[in-house]
Amino acid sequence: MHSMIVRLLLLVAAVALLASCGRGESNVASGNRAGILHFGNGSEPQSLDPHVATGIPEHFIIHALFEGLTVKNPYTLEPEPGVASSWDISEDGRVITFHINPEARWSNGDPMTAADYVWSWQRLLSPGLGSEYAYMLFPVKNAQAFNQGKMTDFGEVGVKALDKLTLQVTLNERTPYFLQLMDHYSTFAVHRPTIEKFGNASDRYTPWTRVENMVSNGAFRLRDWQLYRRLEVEKSDTYWDRDRVKLNGIVFHPTENTVSEERMFRVGQLHYTASVPLGKIPVYQEMADTPYRQAPYIGTYYYLINTLQAPTDKLKVRQALSMAIDRESLNRNVLKGTNIPAYSITPPDTLGYFPPRLFSHDVARARELLAEAGYPNGEGWPGLELTYNTSEDHRKVAVALQQMWKDALNIDVTLTNQEWKVYLDSITQMNFQIARRGWIGDYVDPNSFLDLFITGGGNNNTGFADPRYDDLVLRQAPQAATDEARLAIFHEAETLLMEQMPIIPLYTYTSKHLVHPSVSGMPPNLMDSTNFKYVSLDQDWRPAGAGN
Amino acid sequence: MWRFVGMRLLQAIPVILVVITVTFFLVRVAPGGPFDGEKAVTREVKAALEAQYKLDLPLFQQYTAYLGDLAQGDLGPSFKYPGRSVNELIAAGFPVTAELGLYALLVALGIGGLAGIIAALRPNTAQDYIPMSAAMIGICMPSFLLGPLLVLVFGIHLDWLPVSGWGDIPGDKILPSITLGAGYAAYIARLGRAGMLEVLSQDYIRTARAKGLPQWQVVLKHSLRGGMIPVVAFLGPAFAGLLAGSFVVETIFQIPGLGRFYVQAAFNRDYTMILGTTVFLSVLIVFFNLLSDILAAWMNPRLRAQFGGQ
Repeated sequence: MHSMIVRLLLLVAAVALLASCGRGESNVASGNRAGILHFGNGSEPQSLDPHVATGIPEHFIIHALFEGLTVKNPYTLEPEPGVASSWDISEDGRVITFHINPEARWSNGDPMTAADYVWSWQRLLSPGLGSEYAYMLFPVKNAQAFNQGKMTDFGEVGVKALDKLTLQVTLNERTPYFLQLMDHYSTFAVHRPTIEKFGNASDRYTPWTRVENMVSNGAFRLRDWQLYRRLEVEKSDTYWDRDRVKLNGIVFHPTENTVSEERMFRVGQLHYTASVPLGKIPVYQEMADTPYRQAPYIGTYYYLINTLQAPTDKLKVRQALSMAIDRESLNRNVLKGTNIPAYSITPPDTLGYFPPRLFSHDVARARELLAEAGYPNGEGWPGLELTYNTSEDHRKVAVALQQMWKDALNIDVTLTNQEWKVYLDSITQMNFQIARRGWIGDYVDPNSFLDLFITGGGNNNTGFADPRYDDLVLRQAPQAATDEARLAIFHEAETLLMEQMPIIPLYTYTSKHLVHPSVSGMPPNLMDSTNFKYVSLDQDWRPAGAGN
Repeated sequence: MWRFVGMRLLQAIPVILVVITVTFFLVRVAPGGPFDGEKAVTREVKAALEAQYKLDLPLFQQYTAYLGDLAQGDLGPSFKYPGRSVNELIAAGFPVTAELGLYALLVALGIGGLAGIIAALRPNTAQDYIPMSAAMIGICMPSFLLGPLLVLVFGIHLDWLPVSGWGDIPGDKILPSITLGAGYAAYIARLGRAGMLEVLSQDYIRTARAKGLPQWQVVLKHSLRGGMIPVVAFLGPAFAGLLAGSFVVETIFQIPGLGRFYVQAAFNRDYTMILGTTVFLSVLIVFFNLLSDILAAWMNPRLRAQFGGQ
């Protein structure tokens, strides 16, 4: 009988050995040779329709397949020619004329025209499509009214094809970030004959984005899409700037589990990871020639305060809560120093804008404020509930704050975690006292953060309402004569906001990735955006000290 | 025999109907809907989305429409993946999960069956205690611990086997199959030991031994079939459980199986997907329970006679 066990063990070992012999080279090695980038993309894309998609994994794939009127330079984030080879902006900044590159082609060879944009924008804005990103075009004259069904004639909307290659866009007012929006996938053109072949323009679920049907206009075209396995794109031979495209293809891996993703990177299955597990970061940080890359990201992690309910309806309570938090310690001890402490909503250096800083960590002052609010040393404190969506990282932050509030103010805060959709429901219904929230800017401009807190705004969720604030953000800023004046108005608005403290800012996000040393052309930037046209792989890359 | 099968199939229909009805109304009770996202959408957008998927109709009308489509085999469009139907998603995920489940079952039967027989031959000796303790550890060790451990040893330190994927790299099916099979191997070992012990104490085994038959003949020819009846009875529910419960292993190894779709559908409030996978899995579970009953009957002469006599 013993020999039987031994034999069994031998068999298992033999199978394992055989399997290991049959294993080919790693994705990274074969990819470097063939010019194929293996990209950890976080999760399976929900849709590849630029007017329907909403997420970040979708962003990367759609940006490989499609191209906007402008593209972002990954180093500077400045707009560069995309489908439009140039553009003119009128004196008052309200009329932008795009000149479409006559070489721009769809992947089936059709030339791109200004009419493609008029039709595509009509599709995006049509109420029936229900596009979550329709608001990206709201700076365009009458676009909002058309999207909300208050206007049915698209001819009234400020977008015209003057001729085959000239697109004229009329804005409500000067919008300095409008060119950036042209690189957001929601404003991309889609191929009308293809979409109409499979259904109505406003159908969300037709199969036009399948491999065999898809027509796109970017540097790459769709080659293979296996659900939850891989999505592969290959270099397009109709793309106008194809000579500058260095990659032959990209494989997007749906790496939902960050721990597994990190393991895949370690064994050479990925060139790039969508994220890095927090626990692994210190190890990578200490490595020589580390593949770990961290950069400021245009997003803020904060807590919403319900300003309509006791005890947080009192300004002094809100201020006390915020000032009692040691953000430096939170970042250092809980977040392993991977983020940047924040004291306001807009991330610093957003297009040269720095938010006001009205307070700092000040326990003595926080205690005073709480006493003035009627709870000296926490006496009579009615309790407070902190809601967050279920996640280990959110829990760690919440527990740390719970302790800081107890130590500094002697008050009890209870923690409640909710499953994602339940949490979203609580936020929308304002069915919380304090709730965790994060916001990633859609474009690099303070407006992307400050318009959250407009009275009644869909993402305000705090009860904050101030007509002066609304006036500054909605009326004065767009009409500012110069960029400096505009930023000064935003500064004034943000000061108003933070004086009222309807939110507790905690930290500014950073993007965190593992990038294989053979990859170049993927510089870190504030938008964490990648222009795959710039990316190249070093064919001759070898690990230091290894023979092959 | 056929009457038995027919009766069981008829019983299955109301069971599945109840499953559909309960699931249909229960998912609607959960807070949040398929179109709630981190960014608030305007009322107009939400209404347009709901209209596209007919969620604006009265609930009961949605229910009857769903049953009507279901009768034609149409599980509806997925809310979370626009452009994909639930049928298509299940067709993509199920073969992978079924394959994984099958291999895991083979692993479980191979290791568990062997361990059970070995243990039963010398009860209450080291030859019994060692495999049974190992089985106890197998039952207690969750797959979310065993999986990463195996990956760490065989995938990263020894670099013998791939750390993730399914059918992409040779050998990538080995670790997930072992991880998923291990827990079931442990159950099978214990069931197999119990079954074998019972059979080995029977008179006809003593007779076989008295005849002077060698050990292997006694085990393989005379006791195995009887001793494995409890194991076979366990196999049907076990396979159904493997299919429905492979989510953890699929997540660890990034396997594109049905388990992941199922759990994510619940998180996403992808109503049609939740219903579709629930209906599909409940049909499978009923089917496999029936299959294992038939198999157990076939293996047990007494039951076989009972059916034959009807």
